[in-house]
Amino acid sequence: MNKRYETIKRAKDGAFKYFGLFCTFFGLIMLAIFIGNILFEGLGRLSWDFITSYSSRLPEKAGILSALMGTVWIMVMTALLAIPGGIGAAIYLEMYAKRTRFGNIVELNIANLAGIPSIIYGLLGLEIFTYQLQMGGSLLAGAMTLALLILPIIIVATREALKAVPRSLIEASFALGATKWQTIRRTVLPAASSGIITSVIIALSRAIGEAAPLIVVGALAYVPFVPTSPTSDFTVLPIQIFNWVSRPQKAFLVNASAAIIVLLCIVFFMNAIAVYLRIKKKIKY
Amino acid sequence: MAEKLKKAEGSFKIESKDVHLYYGDFHALKGINLSMLENTVTALIGPSGCGKSTYLRLLNRMNDLIPDIQIKGQVLIDGQDIYQLKSSEIDHLRRNVGMVFQKPNPFPKSIFENVAYGLRVNGITDKSFIENQVEKTLREAALWDEVKDKLKKSAFELSGGQQQRLCIARALAIEPSIILMDEPASALDPISTGKIEDLIFQLKKDFTIIIVTHNMQQAGRVSDFTGFFYLGELIEFDKTKKIFTNPSKQETENYITGRFG
Repeated sequence: MNKRYETIKRAKDGAFKYFGLFCTFFGLIMLAIFIGNILFEGLGRLSWDFITSYSSRLPEKAGILSALMGTVWIMVMTALLAIPGGIGAAIYLEMYAKRTRFGNIVELNIANLAGIPSIIYGLLGLEIFTYQLQMGGSLLAGAMTLALLILPIIIVATREALKAVPRSLIEASFALGATKWQTIRRTVLPAASSGIITSVIIALSRAIGEAAPLIVVGALAYVPFVPTSPTSDFTVLPIQIFNWVSRPQKAFLVNASAAIIVLLCIVFFMNAIAVYLRIKKKIKY
Repeated sequence: MAEKLKKAEGSFKIESKDVHLYYGDFHALKGINLSMLENTVTALIGPSGCGKSTYLRLLNRMNDLIPDIQIKGQVLIDGQDIYQLKSSEIDHLRRNVGMVFQKPNPFPKSIFENVAYGLRVNGITDKSFIENQVEKTLREAALWDEVKDKLKKSAFELSGGQQQRLCIARALAIEPSIILMDEPASALDPISTGKIEDLIFQLKKDFTIIIVTHNMQQAGRVSDFTGFFYLGELIEFDKTKKIFTNPSKQETENYITGRFG
């Protein structure tokens, strides 16, 4: 061990620490600049009128009512479609499916589906729901497309939550004469519930940020009404934002910033619930 | 020898005839012939991996949960071959053959709900019956006085020894006739262990008990019969007193005296 080697070794160690620190703060600072910029531009535009007005060609009169209601509709419908399907599939795969070659292929494919670009789901939705099933650009077509998009995310995350349930609890339940379904309903699901709910919320908050697949399916850019049924035409916040950003007038950019603030608030709120549940409902064994 | 026992002391509660078990290619149990009399305590001893826990888990078909397993031979409980049962009848078997595990594993529920669980999954909804049964079995498990004021509290607030007695109460609540115990005191301190052993002694009046243990003194204290397992075979089975004072096989003596294992 010579002295020079020791010096270099320590210098490298110190350098890596600062490199890591830089990486961590780079992302945070960029995010802070982005949020600061949006707040600076859009906060002044945010008002009750802005939230309760329909879109308009006059930027100062335009609001996000139809987009906000469209987002709420889409979120609820997507949740209704994706949650039972996702949790059901996860339970089957984790608790019932036998480990076979076919099972492994199914599993691998579900993991891969979670990584497919969302616009591909849009094309799938356009072909199947909009054209073949003749749903047009309705809320139903949009929600089914988004449900397909987040289904693999829910399945993968729910399986992780189910896997984390101690085997000893499952054995205890079976040993008392419980059937498989009783064991799932009374022991496995309650023990996994915080993990499952967290995964569902995070998947849904991804869904409400999507514009691309909904544009492809046929959501409208200009919707001067609030959707009243699942067959209504609709728009959502990300589409409204996209639409405003692409206009030449500066005033529409301000509107877009204000709408982004609303969307961010919804997403932050949902994530806050997820974090709360993770901390609060965590069961110690 | 088995026939002699039978004539002398009544009928067999559990009989296993030439039982083989394979995990994939691994031959874990090699032709086990072992029978137990009603209302006796049988201890199964042997070094880790010898097959004693595997054998225990045969008796309530807990091994069914493990994929890629193969079982040959006959296991009779009250004269019925439990491996001839339809898969939808296994819950009946498990109601009759209770189990207490190595580590206390209460459900993340209240103390009351832990004991009531077995009743509920077996379709009992009568509230007063459940309440009575919970009290009765907590008394049987010598836990009632310690928990009667906090039945609604989480089972995780109990100490390890209390949790294990709760798990015993939980197993008793559905009124099985056989109780399997897989090293029930191995995670407990000596005082809690003593309480569990006293309990086993009490329970013998009403139940047939089979206990797997690594603790020779424990086997000597609580059991009437002892079986020594080694490398998947039942080397010797006899009255506990005989096994511990005058075993007929050299391996048994080596193990008991601590020369290996």
